[in-house]
Amino acid sequence: MRHIISVLLENEAGALSRVAGLFSARGYNIESLTVAPTDDPTQSRMTLVTVGNDDVVEQIKKQLNKLIDTIKLLDLSEGPHIERELMMVKVRAERADREELKRLVDIFRAKIIDVTDTSFVVELTGDSEKLDAFIDAVPKGLIIEVVRTGPSGISRGPQGLML
Amino acid sequence: MELSGAEIVVQALIDEGVEYVFGYPGGAVLHIYDALFQQDRVKHILVRHEQGASHAADGYARATGRCGVCLVTSGPGATNAVTGIATAYMDSIPMVILSGQVPTPVIGSDAFQEVDTVGITRPCVKHNFLVQDVRDLAETLRKAFFIATSGRPGPVLVDIPKDTTDPNVKIPYRYPREIAMRSYRPVSKGHPGQIRQAVEAMLAARRPVLYTGGGVILGEASPLLRQLVRATGFPITSTLMGLGAYPMTDRQFIGMLGMHGTYEANMAMHETDCLVAIGARFDDRVTGKIEHFCPHATIIHVDVDPSSISKNVRVDIPIVGPVASVLEDMLRLLAEARCDPERAAIVEWWARIEQWREINCLSYDRANDKIKPQLAVETLYRITDGALYLTSDVGQHQMFAAQFYPFDQPRRWINSGGLGTMGFGLPAAMGVQLAFPEAQVACISGEASILMCIQELATCKQYELPIKILLLNNGYMGMVRQWQELFYESRYSHSYVDALPDFVQLTESFGHVGMRVEKPDELEGALREAFALKDRCVFLDVVVDPTENVYPMIVAGKGHHEMHLSPERELA
Repeated sequence: MRHIISVLLENEAGALSRVAGLFSARGYNIESLTVAPTDDPTQSRMTLVTVGNDDVVEQIKKQLNKLIDTIKLLDLSEGPHIERELMMVKVRAERADREELKRLVDIFRAKIIDVTDTSFVVELTGDSEKLDAFIDAVPKGLIIEVVRTGPSGISRGPQGLML
Repeated sequence: MELSGAEIVVQALIDEGVEYVFGYPGGAVLHIYDALFQQDRVKHILVRHEQGASHAADGYARATGRCGVCLVTSGPGATNAVTGIATAYMDSIPMVILSGQVPTPVIGSDAFQEVDTVGITRPCVKHNFLVQDVRDLAETLRKAFFIATSGRPGPVLVDIPKDTTDPNVKIPYRYPREIAMRSYRPVSKGHPGQIRQAVEAMLAARRPVLYTGGGVILGEASPLLRQLVRATGFPITSTLMGLGAYPMTDRQFIGMLGMHGTYEANMAMHETDCLVAIGARFDDRVTGKIEHFCPHATIIHVDVDPSSISKNVRVDIPIVGPVASVLEDMLRLLAEARCDPERAAIVEWWARIEQWREINCLSYDRANDKIKPQLAVETLYRITDGALYLTSDVGQHQMFAAQFYPFDQPRRWINSGGLGTMGFGLPAAMGVQLAFPEAQVACISGEASILMCIQELATCKQYELPIKILLLNNGYMGMVRQWQELFYESRYSHSYVDALPDFVQLTESFGHVGMRVEKPDELEGALREAFALKDRCVFLDVVVDPTENVYPMIVAGKGHHEMHLSPERELA
């Protein structure tokens, strides 16, 4: 099953490589990983997406918690939560395709953030499935490149992942 | 007090109460060595290879329970120490490794003797640090000792760039006594509800087994374990790492379990209805095939490390907490409990265990004109009254020692269990002998293992360490040869140690006493002679039967109930 895990880490040099190293050393899957400092610059917040059966995911969480740099951890998939991912897509936008692409952008509530005579860059935020759906919806052969951040997540309700 | 970084390192060691540092100098740590030279509180032991430094610090830690410390230079100094660091990590040994690093401005430029030590050691340390500023040194060192010795212990490495130890840069020094880390708070007590549930399961058990490991020794819980065994009347088995936590000569001890454990211990594991695992981690050498592991049991697991729980075997009643504190709680609940253990059922259970015990699974051919390795260990036990600190290398001799030298005290059996590091025994014995100068310390080894750290004989000479080395010389990498005999149709691919040195001459060239023993009737006399030389390091090259194998044995991938006693004695 897919799990999305939030980790509050000490913002120390090497903390990210400890996490990455843990996954490769123990043979865990890692689908995506995003990390950046929080409002408190001494802390980083990481969101990682992994896939595994319950026993494996339980071990992943324990091993992450065991890292000395880990302050707190939450498996967002255990409760109601929101996921967002940012994607930028560069598409070929020749005369004939421009209107169709603009319609798609409207339907997905995306934004065109760069325009040339022959191309658009489209920015789109949402959960990962919505981003997948947009890619599928773009007519074949028009996509030049895709860049995605991987999902970030936060739980619903007033509770926060903090010290 | 204003100190340089180098002086801070040394002063921090003094403030930590460090007795010995095992190390080897080099460019990046010269400032630190200069500061060491100018004091006499911390004693430095000069090894002959950095692997020896990390093993010696490890041996010191295992024997004393205190943190071992080693000091190595950058680059090859650090990489040489890695085997010893990984050895300590696998067995959860508290150790602080100080490694020199090239100066911060040139880090990343492939400078002379530069290596990414923090990167290389990351997977085999509990934690590591790269010191970027001399002002961080004292606190980082305090953190390193705190992390290494608390919770589930382990090695912590502090990488110290040369410029942070500059003798010309002095800063005010204050060593933090207490350290609080928001991201690291080891548990101090087990969950009362879980402990209660465990005790209830134990009281209801009809065929219980206590299965204990190195965690009992690391957690200083040996006296409490003894009380628990008495209070319950349960049989107890132990892993290789836990030997001595409970007296092995006691009737309630049913032997080591696992691949080369006793028949009675493994059968009891297979038939138990309540397994109480304490400070043990369900290693594959212990469990055999997981699908066959304890098929009838409710499994209780006490461990200070939550990630040990349900890692290999799914546990029914987990208890996360320090072993000593949990055992105290268990004993209190047992004393308060209104009902007793199932005495009648347990009497029956013991009768069954005694039947297995009667098979005498450790018997071997005593009437032989060659020295059997088992006989050598038994004789060692007899003439030392079982009182040795015994270190071991890895292989057949290690298993024979575990089977035939019953330890009655914790911290006497010093061996590399998890990583299985050949070359561990001799340097580890140095650490033990320095910690206990008056104690009898011996290293049991094989002719293959001993050559991996033989250079440390020079260290033994320099510090006059009267270690006794018992070499079971069979001319083979015995355990490799055994597996090749059993599983590769006796194709002994490169397991024969051709061109062995003359160990007697070799030892004597290092300034020690060398003896060679070839016949069974010379064995006891030679051992007595060796141990009578109280002030000398003695190397006994004992030529043993090259064809002897370690039995009983559970072949990898089999269950506890599928033991082989020996080729001659198969079970129905």
